[in-house]
Amino acid sequence: MTRFEPVLLANIEKPDCHTLKVYEAGGGYSALRKVLGSMSPHDVRELVKASGLRGRGGAGFPTGLKWTFLPKDHPGPIYFCLNADESEPGTFNNRYLMEFDPHQVLEGVIISSFATRASTAYFYMRYEYPTAWQRVQQAVEECYAAGLLGKNILGSGYSLDIYLHRGAAAYICGEETGLIESIEGKRAWPRIKPPFPAVEGLFRKPTVVNNVETAACVTQILSRGVDWFKSIGVPADPQNPRDAGSYGPKLYCLSGHVNRPGCYEAPLGITVNELIAEYGGGIRGGRKAKAAIPGGISMGLLTASEFDCPLDFNGPGRYGCLGLGTAAVVVMDETVSMVDFLHNSCQFFAHESCGQCTPCREGTAWSLRLMQRIKAGKGRWKDLDLLLEIGDNIGIIPGTTICGLADGAAWPLKNAIRKFRPELEEYIKRTNPQGYAETNAVPALQLLGIH
Amino acid sequence: MNVIEQGTDRMSGTTERVLTDEMVAEIQSLLPRYPSKQAVTLPALHLVHERLRHVPLAAVVEIAEILGLAPADVQDTLSFYGFFKQDRPHGNVRAWVCRSISCHLLGAEEVLAHLSRRLGVKPGETTADGKITLEYAECLGACEFAPCMLAGTTLHRCLDAQKADQFVDQLK
Ligand SMILES: Cc1cc2nc3c(=O)[nH]c(=O)nc-3n(C[C@H](O)[C@H](O)[C@H](O)COP(=O)(O)O)c2cc1C
Ligand code: SF4
Ligand code: FES
Repeated sequence: MTRFEPVLLANIEKPDCHTLKVYEAGGGYSALRKVLGSMSPHDVRELVKASGLRGRGGAGFPTGLKWTFLPKDHPGPIYFCLNADESEPGTFNNRYLMEFDPHQVLEGVIISSFATRASTAYFYMRYEYPTAWQRVQQAVEECYAAGLLGKNILGSGYSLDIYLHRGAAAYICGEETGLIESIEGKRAWPRIKPPFPAVEGLFRKPTVVNNVETAACVTQILSRGVDWFKSIGVPADPQNPRDAGSYGPKLYCLSGHVNRPGCYEAPLGITVNELIAEYGGGIRGGRKAKAAIPGGISMGLLTASEFDCPLDFNGPGRYGCLGLGTAAVVVMDETVSMVDFLHNSCQFFAHESCGQCTPCREGTAWSLRLMQRIKAGKGRWKDLDLLLEIGDNIGIIPGTTICGLADGAAWPLKNAIRKFRPELEEYIKRTNPQGYAETNAVPALQLLGIH
Repeated sequence: MNVIEQGTDRMSGTTERVLTDEMVAEIQSLLPRYPSKQAVTLPALHLVHERLRHVPLAAVVEIAEILGLAPADVQDTLSFYGFFKQDRPHGNVRAWVCRSISCHLLGAEEVLAHLSRRLGVKPGETTADGKITLEYAECLGACEFAPCMLAGTTLHRCLDAQKADQFVDQLK
């Protein structure tokens, strides 16, 4: 198979690829010039809608459609927020784009802001990206100096300011309404929806939140056209009116037990097997694979026998996972213990739950305590049922929480226990030969009399 | 309680200001970027944290005053983000060792344990000489370099005990 010619990553090998000079020499900002010179915001929205672009931030919502949810003829202000909080374990494609090609991202932000009639855009970046922060800041300054940002951009009459806003090491700031609360200066507690941000978002005004890679795709769609974008990926199933298809190139983050971890660009729909073999150089140390996370830890687990799973918006769901997520594939070889994996996953979500919804706050903390007990050789088979009960009952899919973090905590539990139960039972029995089958409740600590 | 008392104290002029005029000016220069003053909370906290390596309660009161908020509003936001130190400043360098899945699979736990032994501190603590604060982090978004660590603004890639030692030696 011939390798896909990268588009989103086309610039990253060039020296000084993060500068305006190099970006423009490669044709950069010609899409923006075309947009401002000859298109209306409506035209851009329709074009992006026609391209079938779906958000790259995790939920896969059609971008053009999201933009049309903004109220018509709103007097403004309308806000655009770029979600660069990228904190999903396994994921680093936004970092790649921001460090190596910040102008491709900014061009997408300017076009998207124009299309949504926003005159202020906030670029919300996680704290742990110092290099990206510095490069994007520099790129924004270059844009202002070149008349690509600020008042009356390129003489078009359109004005836009982009402000960088820095997170403070909290995963929940990536959830779009948590991000909005965080910009407003509050704790990043996600909001109950509806109202959706398009109707009432940042500062209670209509707001669009898009991911960094989504913005880069917008640049490429405006530059290369809808037909080009639709020629890549997996077309919508004509038998299924609800399938929006999986069009365009995608940045896949590959890490874990592979020979060549990295960020690779491929058409949507590449399988896990192909990604590992063609880009990852196979499993490290010639070992066998055991499992993989298909798209960030929130998406659950595929077993090695499920590596024919196509990484498009529908693929992982057909294999019992939550979805494509961030397309971050973390590969685990045969030496990995599922107890260890689950403990790590539970630790992450217990740490990152914002604490607002009881099922999520208590469920993530409880599942970590159960996993700690199992890991320490005090587990019982019954604990697996308790963990499944937690997994089946927290999240917006069962309808018990405000945001999707709890679904992300639930999926690794459900997948690991349902797909690897014999291994987990064996571990519990081996490490707790006396008590593994105990079904009595664990006695509570004696309560102090509190008055 | 403490916050209010310190605030009153300061306003009556009995306590030194914690924020310099320069910091106040910088915070004020951010106000036009947002339609609400409260939105400057996080940038202001970062600004102060960067200079003082912590945000003492007295600074919280002063930030609140600039932003027209109750000190509790600012303290509420600050305490939500485990990022900001409050009781005492962090060390010269804050070293975040990633413990999330990709790094964990490739030995992050050993690296963290090694650094902890070598520096004689537990994650979250600062060495006695004030040079390093050792911390764990969730995914640093650099999983292709697992296991990794962000120290200050430098990303240390593909760590093992030896490379971790080199990092410590360089700082000592
Ligand atoms: C817990 C949680 C964390 C999220 N983190 C991110 C993130 O770091 N970056 C991101 O773009 N989207 C993240 N999302 C998805 C956003 O809520 C939102 O759907 C996305 O930014 C929309 O952009 P898109 O339509 O361009 O994908 C997260 C969602 C949840 C529930
Ligand atoms: S589901 Fe969890 S993270 Fe999301 S709002 Fe509720 S408590 Fe917070
Ligand atoms: S898991 Fe450590 S950087 Fe992503």
